[in-house]
Amino acid sequence: MSMATTVRDTTHTSRVTVTVNGQERSQEVETRLLLVHFLRETLGLTGTHIGCDTTSCGACTVLVDGVPTKSCTMFTVQAEGRAITTVEGLAQGAQLHAIQTGFHEEHGLQCGFCTPGMMLTSVALLAENPSPTEEEIRWALSGNVCRCTGYRNIVKAVQHAAAALAEGSE
Amino acid sequence: MATVEPRGLGHSVKRLEDGRFLRGRGNYVDDITLPNMLHMELLRSPVAHAKITSIDTSRASALPGVVAVVTGELMAQHNLAWMPTLSGDTQAVLATDKVRFQGQEVAAVVAESAYIARDALELIDVDYEILPAVTSPQQALADGAPVIRDDKEGQTDNHIYDWEVGDKEATDRAFTDADKVVSLDTFYPRCHPAPLECCGCVADVNPATGKATIYMTSQAPHAHRTLFAIVAGLPEHQIRIVSPDIGGGFGNKVPIYPGYVVATAASLLIGRPVKWIEDRFGNLISTGFARDYHMHGELAVKDGRMTGLRASLLSDNGAFFADAQPTRFKAGLFHICTGSYDIPTAHVSAVGAYTNKAPGGVAYRCSFRVTEASYLIERLVQTAAYELGVDPADFRTENFIKPEQFPYTSATGFEYDSGDYGRAHDLALEKLGYTELRKEQEAARAEGRLIGIGVASFTEVVGAGPGKIYDIAGLRMFDSAELRIHPTGKAILKLGTKSQGQGHETTYGQIVAEELGIPAEHVLVEEGDTDTTPYGLGTYASRSTPVSGAATAVIARKLRDKARTIAAHLLEASEDDLEWERGAFHVKGSPDKSKTIQDCAFAAYTNLPDGLEAGLEGVTYYDPPNMTFPFGTYAAVVEIDRGTGEWKVLRLVAVDDCGVRINPMIVEGQITGGLTEGFAIAAMELITFDDDGNCIGSSFMDYLLPTSWETPKFEMHETVTPSPHHPFGAKGVGESATVGSPAAYVNAVVDALAHAGVRNLEMPVTPAKVWQALVEVGLAE
Repeated sequence: MSMATTVRDTTHTSRVTVTVNGQERSQEVETRLLLVHFLRETLGLTGTHIGCDTTSCGACTVLVDGVPTKSCTMFTVQAEGRAITTVEGLAQGAQLHAIQTGFHEEHGLQCGFCTPGMMLTSVALLAENPSPTEEEIRWALSGNVCRCTGYRNIVKAVQHAAAALAEGSE
Repeated sequence: MATVEPRGLGHSVKRLEDGRFLRGRGNYVDDITLPNMLHMELLRSPVAHAKITSIDTSRASALPGVVAVVTGELMAQHNLAWMPTLSGDTQAVLATDKVRFQGQEVAAVVAESAYIARDALELIDVDYEILPAVTSPQQALADGAPVIRDDKEGQTDNHIYDWEVGDKEATDRAFTDADKVVSLDTFYPRCHPAPLECCGCVADVNPATGKATIYMTSQAPHAHRTLFAIVAGLPEHQIRIVSPDIGGGFGNKVPIYPGYVVATAASLLIGRPVKWIEDRFGNLISTGFARDYHMHGELAVKDGRMTGLRASLLSDNGAFFADAQPTRFKAGLFHICTGSYDIPTAHVSAVGAYTNKAPGGVAYRCSFRVTEASYLIERLVQTAAYELGVDPADFRTENFIKPEQFPYTSATGFEYDSGDYGRAHDLALEKLGYTELRKEQEAARAEGRLIGIGVASFTEVVGAGPGKIYDIAGLRMFDSAELRIHPTGKAILKLGTKSQGQGHETTYGQIVAEELGIPAEHVLVEEGDTDTTPYGLGTYASRSTPVSGAATAVIARKLRDKARTIAAHLLEASEDDLEWERGAFHVKGSPDKSKTIQDCAFAAYTNLPDGLEAGLEGVTYYDPPNMTFPFGTYAAVVEIDRGTGEWKVLRLVAVDDCGVRINPMIVEGQITGGLTEGFAIAAMELITFDDDGNCIGSSFMDYLLPTSWETPKFEMHETVTPSPHHPFGAKGVGESATVGSPAAYVNAVVDALAHAGVRNLEMPVTPAKVWQALVEVGLAE
């Protein structure tokens, strides 16, 4: 039994221009470069994590034009012209985003590895549905796995953020 | 003066470590990039058992960007083709003679980028001569089974160990005298801790100094440093292990894996830093699995009382005996299997076998096979109640160890420190509305609905441990704390443990707050760097609070004693005339005359009494006098869909008694996490194999994890029975819920079908298995 295959052509590159956390970034990249690697390695934004390779866990979730997207199964070139938000783009200087405050206040994180993806999915949910029920929160987050918390406090964190955002917009 | 209130034990202080994680500024191993760093990827065996007839790396080596291709042969030249395991066996680092499980490490590519390294893996040509695969311990021990470990001198079969504990004769007598004997054969399937962050390292051997700095996903950095020194023959002072932020561990990050060793060797040989980050496939297929335990249990009952327990165990250890557990206990601490019950006799016998499956045998959120033990006894107790025709709740109550029996010596030799099992059990049943629920269950049954109520009243043994009895690879299981109070009253606390999300940076600080009145916010907690922290055995088996938490209290009290001498000097009073009230010494009778701990700290560097050494700092190594024994009762209510076999958790009431709670918010967080992983194990998590040894469960497409959608909602309550030997009465809580809850869920599903004669369902209790049971007993719809 022999395990041999031919090598892929890895020479293709392409220039990609994306807006990441409000800042335009233009870069020549290998066409096969995954978005998560572009964010983590090319741009040094290591808050986006990799937890699986099969789009199952959601640790790599970022917002692409506001839509939660698993960046481990998207090529960088597919993001051409799009606006990407990563966890690093949530806080405004020292001012945490309401979702970040919610996760802190409600103990919605333990090891912190799933937290960026969880928060970004939550931000997208709240943009669409400012006062979700518990069931709606649980459904919206069901593409993001957490091994530590049992989700209970993550749900509370989203509710906390929803309440804070509602108060702020009144 | 402190402006922050020192909140000690019992306060839900918001976590001090949160800020960096919320901002995406955690520092996990994969976030570390060093100048000139290379990337390593591992080639894994596609088959479970085969001779390697040739490995040709020439095409891979020729690929531009590839710096080195490492094989077992190269490792052997440096005496590193094999490494010792935590159970005194050997494990192949890179296979030379044979591959012994699917996913085994065969070769490594070191390249300028991970993408190039991946490309090159596909260019390594390996010829395998397939051998028959052994996929169960029963097969492994059968006559004529292929010998998996033919590398070991004198190994002529697949048998690893026989081990026993307890009084066999006395137990046999109890069974002879019994008026009822109940038995249960069950299999606790192979599952995997699957922390969301996989394993990995960045190995940086400095060619100029020879110093090896290894950033590594390690739950036990000090033990790993010592083992690295032994494995690699490097001088220990030239090895620095740094365990940065860890994205969950659950036991998976206790062992040393081949990837760490190869990356370190590669960095040493090449003279550049080498990063190896496992992918999920590699994590699930090759690193520390848990359980895989075939159990036969028998319970002797006489006059409604349990009089004897027998357990015979058959362990599937995979291709290398690498269980992470104390040396002298081959079946871990399974002998806690008498659980919460006053069973006067017990005997446990265990056999271990090699199979063509990944090694590991880690305790997935559990203290060394305590989960298996708890599962067996709690399942047996329910089975016995059915057979005796009594309510399981009454049967438990009748047989609990009573509060006045503590300290209680179990039939297998544990000395339980404290407990009040009836109280926790009764509270859970009261909160559940048990009596009423039983009536509802009956009414529902009359309507054709299947409701089940399952209870588990677990007792754990954690906090290893007394060093005379418990060691890992010869290292005694003490732990440490070093506390330095700076002149302005701020402090740094360094420990031998390593948080993986448990909140150590907050809870250890709260212990200092309790003992010294220095707020947790003023204490920097540092763990994980072997160059800067005192030696310790690490974080697993719920040992951080029982051991390092105790060490923290002990060193804080020692510094308080010194501060008293300083305060007496500052107040011109006798030490005996001083009273300590949190945070300050007061002169008895003159409460306005006082000195705070911060005053004393400043004076320790500026204004000392004659003859007293400067500074206010110290280190202690704490060897616990005994283990701690957390306990509790979990009660689950489920409903089965007769049309599909699906079951849903309607309620889960948890009563935990982990002794004194440092931070109730964090304790509850640990419990909800554990209840979820317990549910996962009961309902869906499974690593299994086909007859050829192909692993099924090597991605999250197959190895199912519960999401927020499937995870039940939990109701949590507590009782508090302090540990009498721990400095502040704590017992540890990280694993209680994973240990205790699987039996509650399974008991509940079985209970829904018990009236039809169903006595057992095997984990994971999938809808397919329930459906089959429904069909068999004529309840399918």
